[in-house]
Amino acid sequence: MKKVLKTPIKSEDLADIKIGDVIYLDGYLVTCRDVAHRRLIELGIDLPVDLEGLAIFHAGPIVKSENGKHSMVSIGPTTSMRMEKFEKEFIQETGVKLIIGKGGMGSRTAEACKEHKALHCVFPGGCAVLAATEVEEIENVEWTELGMPESLWVSRVKEFGPLIVSIDGDGNNLFEENKIIFNEKKDKLVEEISNKVRFIK
Amino acid sequence: MTKDIQAFTDIMARFVEMVGKRLPDDVLKKLKELREDEDNVLANVVYDSMFENLEKAEELDRPTCQDTGVVNFFIKAGSNFPYLAQLEEALVESVKIATSNSPLRHNAVQIFDEVNTGNNTGQRAPFVHWEIVDDSDKIEVEAYMAGGGCSLPGRAITLMPSAGYEGIVQYLFDTMVDWGINACPPLLVGVGIAGSVENAALLSKKAILRPIGSSNPNPKGAQMEKDLEEGLNKLGLGPQGLTGKSTVMGVHIESAARHPSTISVGINVGCWAHRRGTIVINKDMSYEIISHKGVTI
Repeated sequence: MKKVLKTPIKSEDLADIKIGDVIYLDGYLVTCRDVAHRRLIELGIDLPVDLEGLAIFHAGPIVKSENGKHSMVSIGPTTSMRMEKFEKEFIQETGVKLIIGKGGMGSRTAEACKEHKALHCVFPGGCAVLAATEVEEIENVEWTELGMPESLWVSRVKEFGPLIVSIDGDGNNLFEENKIIFNEKKDKLVEEISNKVRFIK
Repeated sequence: MTKDIQAFTDIMARFVEMVGKRLPDDVLKKLKELREDEDNVLANVVYDSMFENLEKAEELDRPTCQDTGVVNFFIKAGSNFPYLAQLEEALVESVKIATSNSPLRHNAVQIFDEVNTGNNTGQRAPFVHWEIVDDSDKIEVEAYMAGGGCSLPGRAITLMPSAGYEGIVQYLFDTMVDWGINACPPLLVGVGIAGSVENAALLSKKAILRPIGSSNPNPKGAQMEKDLEEGLNKLGLGPQGLTGKSTVMGVHIESAARHPSTISVGINVGCWAHRRGTIVINKDMSYEIISHKGVTI
């Protein structure tokens, strides 16, 4: 059976979700990426959307706008690690419960996920039409002066996913664990290949 | 604008639009092979989404990925192609048209002013690279959409000869472990080797424009491509870096003779949604799409 989270998400909803689980989202998803994070944390500008219990998506979509009505054409995740610098404080200040992006995030985000009970999840990168078909409606848009990718698009989504949990509410970090494995393999592989490419002699 | 230049602009606008919506034949074939070989559960969740996404993009006629990139054109222009002087302007116009018709995401931010132009054109955008081919009256255009995710791992460095080709291997593996997972693997990896960074960097981009399955013309280069491909796959990044059997769709190396004192290396990666297309346009404006067989625009 599909595990579906519904906004507003409460801390207890996340209690038995672990890294590597696949979940889905019903409710409100707001795009928030580089400049939105920078504005709130570095410049101290209040976000125009209350994110308490909601989900954010590190994403800059393609939106079609006709007669003041917006529709989602294509929306996929962007590299979450770009927001690492701000995410810990962002979680603290907003009460956001679900952060969706691609690739992993670092130790500061994992600390905040543990302390404030939040998750980081991966939506498969590049699967932007799939994601767009899971958006029921764009209800609102803020900070349009930032351009299409950086605006805050407030969407109502239905069974949005698959979302692969990469940081759970205990602060476990799937990508950091994987990175240890990759690094262990790396040295041996580099040595093996290096022995075959000693062309300067 | 003459009738022919108008026709060229229209063809290129439709071509750019198509490149954003369909993957080229070689990439599709490779992804299918990698998916067949995969037995990791999470990796297969991702592969299922990838292929469902490609079907939906075709069915709904939309860009497969929201990041339609900064459009790059690599041109092989016949010296006898009649409209060389007007081409760059026509290409800029074609990007504007594709941006509104497709639609493409607005991805051109002007340097210093930090304003998104809203139409994917701006200072040196689209980026155009020229090569002249003697005595030909055709033009071959390679359109590539350079997304942000797969541009982030891009880097170049000049090593000392004492580091050797071994230093290139280390640099590539470090880059892949640190940044590869964010760039939407399985990746197509381009390595440029030359005597200075800008030469190496440009060659690394040209390397990922080569069709998957093609090899470096030098047997040692071809072998190094194979060794790097096998080695990177053994790392097991898997789709989206969630672990799995493969890391890459391939490794391509392009090179230029180096200075005796330097060995420069550039790295560029293409994401799994490697949106590249090749079209040949004749002087009478008839054309053939090389990269996507059977696709009409």
